[in-house]
Amino acid sequence: MSVCVNESTKVVVQGITGKEGNFHAFQCKQYGTQVVAGVTPGKEGEEVAGIPVFDTVQKAAKETEANTSLIFVPPSFAMDSVLEAIDAGIKTIVCITEGIPIMDMIKVRTVVKAEGVTFIGPNTPGIITAGEAKLGIMPGFIFKKGSVGIMSRSGTLLYEVADQVTKSGLGESTALGIGGDPIIGTDYIYWVKLFEEDPQTKAIFIIGEIGGMMEEQTAEFIQSNIKKPVFAFISGRTAPPGKRMGHAGAIIMGGKGGAETKIKALRKAGVTVIENITEVGKTMKEKMSKG
Amino acid sequence: MIRLHEYQAKRIFLSYGISVPTGYVAFSPDDAWKIALELGPPVVLKAQIHAGGRGLAGGVKIAKTADEAKEVASQILGKKLVTAQTGSQGIVVKRLLVEEAVNIDREIYFSIIVDRKTCKPAIIASPAGGMAIEEIAKNHPEQIITEPIEPIVGIMPYQIRRLSDFLGFDNNNKEAAHIFTTLYKIFVEKDCRLIETNPLVLCKNGSLMAIDAKMSIDEDALFRQKDMARLWDITQSDPSELEAQKYKLSFVRLNGNIGCMVNGAGLSMATMDLIKMHGGEPANFLDVGGKATPETIAKGFEIILNDPSVRAILVNIFGGIVRCDRVADGIIKAVQQVNVNVPVAIRLAGTNREEAISILKKAPFKFSVMDDLNEAAKEVVKLAKSA
Repeated sequence: MSVCVNESTKVVVQGITGKEGNFHAFQCKQYGTQVVAGVTPGKEGEEVAGIPVFDTVQKAAKETEANTSLIFVPPSFAMDSVLEAIDAGIKTIVCITEGIPIMDMIKVRTVVKAEGVTFIGPNTPGIITAGEAKLGIMPGFIFKKGSVGIMSRSGTLLYEVADQVTKSGLGESTALGIGGDPIIGTDYIYWVKLFEEDPQTKAIFIIGEIGGMMEEQTAEFIQSNIKKPVFAFISGRTAPPGKRMGHAGAIIMGGKGGAETKIKALRKAGVTVIENITEVGKTMKEKMSKG
Repeated sequence: MIRLHEYQAKRIFLSYGISVPTGYVAFSPDDAWKIALELGPPVVLKAQIHAGGRGLAGGVKIAKTADEAKEVASQILGKKLVTAQTGSQGIVVKRLLVEEAVNIDREIYFSIIVDRKTCKPAIIASPAGGMAIEEIAKNHPEQIITEPIEPIVGIMPYQIRRLSDFLGFDNNNKEAAHIFTTLYKIFVEKDCRLIETNPLVLCKNGSLMAIDAKMSIDEDALFRQKDMARLWDITQSDPSELEAQKYKLSFVRLNGNIGCMVNGAGLSMATMDLIKMHGGEPANFLDVGGKATPETIAKGFEIILNDPSVRAILVNIFGGIVRCDRVADGIIKAVQQVNVNVPVAIRLAGTNREEAISILKKAPFKFSVMDDLNEAAKEVVKLAKSA
């Protein structure tokens, strides 16, 4: 078992003929993901790494039974691509694109919610179910089938944590980046629920950072709804207020969104918050072997 | 986020039919004198910088005569203004907004933001205007109304009625309704991250006027907001941050002496936190991006070393799709290209790490190459202290 994506997931890559889309569609396929179609308007009939390219998502879905979309289009086309995928009946969308205007994402999110679509990102490394399917740009080799469900607002921090979790011997069930933008499709709470229900997942790891109130809201939810052990790391304790730290979403504004209040809220909810990023593997192994 | 100056935001307000005080920008004391004369004193002089808290810092003054306006302008223009929001280094004032003084009856706070909790735009307003919103929230939380707007349909008449009622306007006050609707329209049409007018005032003659105006534009939307991009006054930003932006690097200057170069924003922050945990002070945040090419790494070193307080540098790269040996080649090229005159600690993890380490060990420059990030952080703190 796993969460959201697995070996039977059929993927259409939107923006497959672009540099990024091309490279990563191939990488995902190499990992074992069923990448069944690509979409680039005007390029129908071409092939990328043996994957047929279509003009529209609708055609691609009809011809190949693709049920999940992986999006690599430039920011100015992203809203159109997402809505096209939803219109074609795609129920899971992973949007790698970084730099989508916030007003576009506000509208997209409204549609996504109304249509009951699972939207991952934007500005995400994607989602991976270790040993089954990879939909994104993460290096597959650092993940190994196991028992920890990981979610993160940051890409490389997801790799850092997954690497340690793998080396500790625990491994991952499913790991994903929920997105580094201020407005994202699905939040921690959405995934915490799925990990709680997934029998393969024995522990949950939340990688958070400064900006917004999502970690605090998640802490509240965990307290009354989650039985599995939850671990967390929050980055940005040394970040100054009012400055965007790389991610559009990582900013302390109006005295809100600092790391300390997030850490405090998570601890209050019984979450094990690890303060030193290099002690993730060690701490998890200790806690999990105690049962 | 791209901040606009107050006078720029006011021109936009005016073009949408929202009243603002008549005023012009002065670049010199003589300009201020001429404008004051034309408007007829008394006039208000307001320092145009990208930071709030100007009033308390002496950046907003009233002048009763044109000569006084000139005198006040010469005291403010070209000088550093240090406000609660500028940091201790302050910002040099290069432009002054000189405008007519207004007879105020009542002050209102009005802003539109993106509310991350509801994932919608939201209007935040208060009848207790003139104070900072943080202050109102602390002392009079009951005097704040938050009105989330459904983005697909926009602001609804019932919301305008509720706002009018809360702010003490008559339900038939068409001018108030027009201002609320129009500010939301500007927010959407100009891809704003923030619009704030504090205070929005009810004048003695019964009309409404935006005495202050703040606008921040979503930098991700600049591709379709060319007019807004042109208004951006880059002299208000840190030159190193601008230089980094040109190369698609993300850089933020901090106050410490340990330079950091990391791939990925989250890992960059975590690396800074780790340095601090071991008793060091990071000099910067620098995300060289997921690709970390030789070019971006060279540029990264250059930008970090622009800061004379840097005593040591920590490079932390998690190689994924990017191979560590390529990153190591990049580091060596960069060190040859840029005169790196401080010790460098390097931690590489991921693909082809061993090859990378042997490349770095053979290099003519002596790096402290570490397997373990924790050890690398400790090492760089030690290096910075002994340098």
